[in-house]
Amino acid sequence: MTNLPDDTTLTEAGLAPDHKGRILLIACGALAHEVLAVVKANGWTHMDLQCLPAKLHLYPDKITDEVARVVAESRAAYQSMFVLYADCGTGGQLQEKCKKLGVEMLEGPHCYSFFEGNAQFATHLDTEFTAFYLTDFLVRQFDAFVWKPMGLDRHPQLRDMYFGNYTKLVYQAQTDDPTLDAKAEDCARRLGLEYERRFTGYGDLATALEQVARA
Amino acid sequence: MADDDEIILSELSDDELVLQMHDDLYDGLREEIEEGVNLLISRGWAPYDALTKALVAGMTIVGADFRDGILFVPEVLLAANAMKGGMAILKPLLIATGAPRMGKMVIGTVKGDIHDIGKNLVGMMMEGAGFEVRDLGINNSVEKYLAALEEEKPDILGMSALLTTTMPYMKVVIDTMKEKGMRDDYIVLVGGAPLNEEFSKAIGADAYCRDAAVAVETAKAYVARKHNRPNV
Repeated sequence: MTNLPDDTTLTEAGLAPDHKGRILLIACGALAHEVLAVVKANGWTHMDLQCLPAKLHLYPDKITDEVARVVAESRAAYQSMFVLYADCGTGGQLQEKCKKLGVEMLEGPHCYSFFEGNAQFATHLDTEFTAFYLTDFLVRQFDAFVWKPMGLDRHPQLRDMYFGNYTKLVYQAQTDDPTLDAKAEDCARRLGLEYERRFTGYGDLATALEQVARA
Repeated sequence: MADDDEIILSELSDDELVLQMHDDLYDGLREEIEEGVNLLISRGWAPYDALTKALVAGMTIVGADFRDGILFVPEVLLAANAMKGGMAILKPLLIATGAPRMGKMVIGTVKGDIHDIGKNLVGMMMEGAGFEVRDLGINNSVEKYLAALEEEKPDILGMSALLTTTMPYMKVVIDTMKEKGMRDDYIVLVGGAPLNEEFSKAIGADAYCRDAAVAVETAKAYVARKHNRPNV
């Protein structure tokens, strides 16, 4: 698989496939680092990765159509495909579309859930709903994904309208990186929230990829 | 010293002032909106006219541009904040002058969900359209919704959710209303980013409202229909 472009490119443009391998992974750009880390660690050369721009998460209603477009375009070139998106705010529409298209996708409501493990995440749904989550990618891209789209760079007075009901920022760390830890803590400070770091590793993403690799 | 081209609101005619207030709402200028509302009232405007012609008409432009992708959430929030300033002045006056009432709504974000930006916008626009609104806030259990329905006897129940994980709770509320034989006593409107028309139908709501402007129009239409319903 190809080397990764920088996070800004993954956010804005995504990642084109190498056209090598018989399984195409269609992923969110925000997962590119993690997917490639798992694939490389396991030496799965039969997988190819195509990422849609991570910024699609700012317009979740567009995710389903974009995934369907890639599936339609790539079907002939691969033996099978797997969609590395959770529901991601599509309200069940992505799952329905994937079912119709005959492709499998990740389980769970969003990456915060599958990184922690869907079963584990579900145990604290009722008690941790005032937490704002960030992953490695989102910590790195905090300004592009949170601060600027919410207009907080131009209108800092809006912060409490957005985050007034939140109590803490949970950084779900996929890797051990003190620099990201410090940046995440600074994100919490900027949002006026308490900070917690929680190491998750790749969670259910790794498990799902193992199943895809064996199929 | 004022800039040469600074607009002095008090020097504008009524028509100019109302148009300027539309601009100021669009730009999210709360202090200017408060000043404009006070000026209209001091000139003898009925509070209801100030509300509808200056504030609601201005927010309608904001809503249309949001829907068309010209304005984005931060700008809408600033406009809403400006309108809130004007509403705070007008609310007691509207009550005192007995402005027309379209109906009553109980609204709240569902259990496990703390997101209230959309819900707050809907509540404010509903008030602007002449509805009395009881806002239950965030994280509402079915018990809390039902208690508010019993207490307020509204025409409409509005439920909001931003998360895929919390939106199914709307069905819990509606199913409980059915079990208690009270579902048909209320118009149930639902909204929130991951929702859609199909979901609304599946859970037994009356309508899905994709934004605050649609919520107001839908509420008006359903209330009119309800009031025109023949006695059985």
